[in-house]
Amino acid sequence: MSVKVLYFASLRETLGYSHETLTLPESVSTIGALRGHLARRGGAWEALGEGRNVRAAINQEMVGPESAVADRDEIAFFPPVTGG
Amino acid sequence: MSVSVQEADFDVGAETAALSAGRLDVGAVVTFVGLVRADKLSGAGSEVSAMTLEHYPGMTEKSLEAIIAEAGGRWQLQGVRVIHRFGRLLPGDRIVFVGVASAHRGDAFAACEFIMDYLKTRAPFWKKEDTPEGGRWVDAREADDSAAARWMT
Repeated sequence: MSVKVLYFASLRETLGYSHETLTLPESVSTIGALRGHLARRGGAWEALGEGRNVRAAINQEMVGPESAVADRDEIAFFPPVTGG
Repeated sequence: MSVSVQEADFDVGAETAALSAGRLDVGAVVTFVGLVRADKLSGAGSEVSAMTLEHYPGMTEKSLEAIIAEAGGRWQLQGVRVIHRFGRLLPGDRIVFVGVASAHRGDAFAACEFIMDYLKTRAPFWKKEDTPEGGRWVDAREADDSAAARWMT
């Protein structure tokens, strides 16, 4: 399964990446699992770890950690929003 | 019902007038304009000299349209206009416009406040303030979450 992952705002700056295309192992099938998978890269990526205040979207809709990830999804991670 | 996400400023008078132009069924137009404040932030003690707003193109427009659709399901609305700016803004600049037209003021007041409360917690915008000490990302406020939560009844 291949997905596009986008990072925004302070998270983008912390990670030093705005986007990447990832091929996921079968064990990574939810947003929560994907966060864990990325956090295991270590260093700055631990910002995505469990308990960190990170929001997620799949195909531009806000979702929770249990949401399923599908092939070719556009996934985004970002801090809580501060518009308005 | 229309949404714009843009760098350019907007004309409050023209946007307000457009909400009821050519219609005789609109009895109330309520508008909200959000501005950049030159705050002294707690602890930091430094004036904000400018602010840069980042957003998630595509999702931003979709989320604003979804919020307007939800407002339309709760109140009788004749028209809604939401404009949100991004990019670099200075203190005093306009950031956001929400205008709601309805037959009666009750629906227009409530829907305008609802749209702003939901926008604050659901639309993917992020503010970064320029201060003499450098750039600083604005933290989300719990007060914004509780403002949005009070509509969930």
